[in-house]
Amino acid sequence: MFEMLGIPPQVLFGQLLLGLINGSFYALLSLGLAVIFGMLNVINFAHGALYMVGAFVAWLLLTQLGLGYWWAFALTPFIVGAFGILLEKTMLSRLYKLDHLYGLLLTFGLALILEGLFRHQYGVSGQPYPVPPSLSGGQNLGFMFLPNYRGWVIACSLVVCFGTWFAIERTRLGAYLRAATENPVLVQAFGINVPVMVSLTYGFGVALAGLAGVLAAPIYQVNPLMGSNLIIIVFAVVVIGGMGSILGAILTGIGLGLLEGLTKVFYPEASNIVVFVVMAIVLMIKPAGLFGRER
Amino acid sequence: MLKTLLCGTAFLALAAAAGTAQAQVSNNVVKIGVMNDRSGVYADLAGEGSAIAARMAVEEFGGKVAGAPVEVVVADHQNKADIAANTARQWVDVDNVDVIADVPNSAAALAVQGITRDKKRIFLMSGPGSTDLTGKACSPYGFQWTYDNYAMAAGTGRALVEQGKKNWYFITADYAFGHSLEAETTNMVKQLGGTVKGNVRHPLGTSDFSSFLLQAQGSGADVIGFANAGGDTINAVKQAAEFGVTQSGQSLASLLLFISEVHALGLEAAQGLMLTTGFYWDMDEQTRAWSAKFEQKHGKKPTMVQAGVYSAVRHYLKAVEAAGTDDADKVAAKMRELPVEDMFAKNGKIYPNGRMAHDMYLARVKKPSESKGPWDYYQIVSTLPAATAFMDPAKTACAQK
Repeated sequence: MFEMLGIPPQVLFGQLLLGLINGSFYALLSLGLAVIFGMLNVINFAHGALYMVGAFVAWLLLTQLGLGYWWAFALTPFIVGAFGILLEKTMLSRLYKLDHLYGLLLTFGLALILEGLFRHQYGVSGQPYPVPPSLSGGQNLGFMFLPNYRGWVIACSLVVCFGTWFAIERTRLGAYLRAATENPVLVQAFGINVPVMVSLTYGFGVALAGLAGVLAAPIYQVNPLMGSNLIIIVFAVVVIGGMGSILGAILTGIGLGLLEGLTKVFYPEASNIVVFVVMAIVLMIKPAGLFGRER
Repeated sequence: MLKTLLCGTAFLALAAAAGTAQAQVSNNVVKIGVMNDRSGVYADLAGEGSAIAARMAVEEFGGKVAGAPVEVVVADHQNKADIAANTARQWVDVDNVDVIADVPNSAAALAVQGITRDKKRIFLMSGPGSTDLTGKACSPYGFQWTYDNYAMAAGTGRALVEQGKKNWYFITADYAFGHSLEAETTNMVKQLGGTVKGNVRHPLGTSDFSSFLLQAQGSGADVIGFANAGGDTINAVKQAAEFGVTQSGQSLASLLLFISEVHALGLEAAQGLMLTTGFYWDMDEQTRAWSAKFEQKHGKKPTMVQAGVYSAVRHYLKAVEAAGTDDADKVAAKMRELPVEDMFAKNGKIYPNGRMAHDMYLARVKKPSESKGPWDYYQIVSTLPAATAFMDPAKTACAQK
């Protein structure tokens, strides 16, 4: 079978593993978007910018305060999440009664402002962030050299993704949240503070973006434009998975990472559009997305 | 009514003609327009730094040339050819700009080249790399100053093959610029008896290069050549370090790399890279002195593009001074006549096709342990003499021989 494809199995395994790494990134980012859309009905265009902010927070912690990777890993999600809650409380919460489009425009504007500020301050070439010493080096797997850090990225995002899925779909808190989305007035009548819950949800979704930013910092350059490069693909992932579907976002993210990895072997020129081709096909056949429900 | 109008028009035309005949310097001011990317991917390698470099050249002349004051204006072309073209027209037709400088991004530069050719204005290109600008799209008023794709590719390609690194693999950005860099290098490598083991084309703006690096690693080539630029190069180099490409004995060559990008990467990731450059701040007393002055104003050491803007503007002002006018034909002739010799250009000479040939340098990025501090990044390995660093003008597609 491998001969038929024209590449040795080692190469294929290597590429599949790389696809899995990228896929787990997509999953982590699209998860945050899906949580926010699913619970708040807000299309959060600022997600990419907040991912960038996460990477910059890690970089600033390192260069300004001398706090290394593990501190950044622990603190950044809270810092970015708190920033997100601030945005939600002061701006986004005023728009819930209006059409989705207003939330989209607001978050898009915020993304442009954030990117512009960081670009003005730090330039466009980006800043270097070293791989933490405890995760540097790599393993020779026989078919490829796997940097330890990439292994850590896969493990970490899978744990976070499935933890989130479990919390929302299988716990009481998750049930409240889902109920509050369906009928906020009724849930409030049961004595649950819906506005606070909504703010925390937005903060959590944004914190996931911040976490992805920290994970990305040692792999990519910490660059003001890093979010806008990624956000379009992540949106496609969410659309293919079904807007607001948690499991859909995770599985589609990983699946598309793998597909993109294979495209990079067989026809690299198309590697940046293959996701959108899939999106077009899925929208034609199943407009609500692979895991979405028709409303 | 019609008669009055005709008379008026004729009078105005006459007045205008008389005006140009009398004045030595049009509108009694020499206006230099520095146009480049001020906010996008090339803002760090050109941007405001190029404008500062131009102003430094003007200051050297005391802000005056041929008795007229010199003024520097700036504009952002946002890497869009149509914006570049509109700005150039506005500058020439409305704002009386005499000379346009920098314009990184070859597509934008080609658009400006067309306009400056038609409207007879000097065009000093420091940022763009396309060899078409001194090839089939050359202009009697266009001067390509700092580097071009041929010089970058041929310099690095030749040096590595001569070191015995004959088998190449290319990771190439999938658009005209990347293809041209790859083709120029391939030619040079093959001419010298090397081989190309393979290539992979990646879309512009790729963030993850691991897949391509793995393919390059598996090819068994001696050299992996990156025929891309800006953020793509930065990510590719950074991830090559992560995947231990150089530890397995392969060399990395970046076919177009600026010092701003090495600064952004850090030496840990960039060490060992081979590259060709038109300028390095730490070459001699002159370059160090100028670069220190530049750093005071800009906070960073100059890239070769920024230093090239200084050199080109300075040479232009020298030619205006010598010609006693800012008339484009006369100034262009003077520019070709005068030798180019300053802190940037060594053995500089302007070819008939507008190419300013000067010594180029092959550099290796230092190891962190070799570097004495920020910006101490390059070890100059050899000088590529002006005569062979650039394409022979007779062999280009330019009609100006």
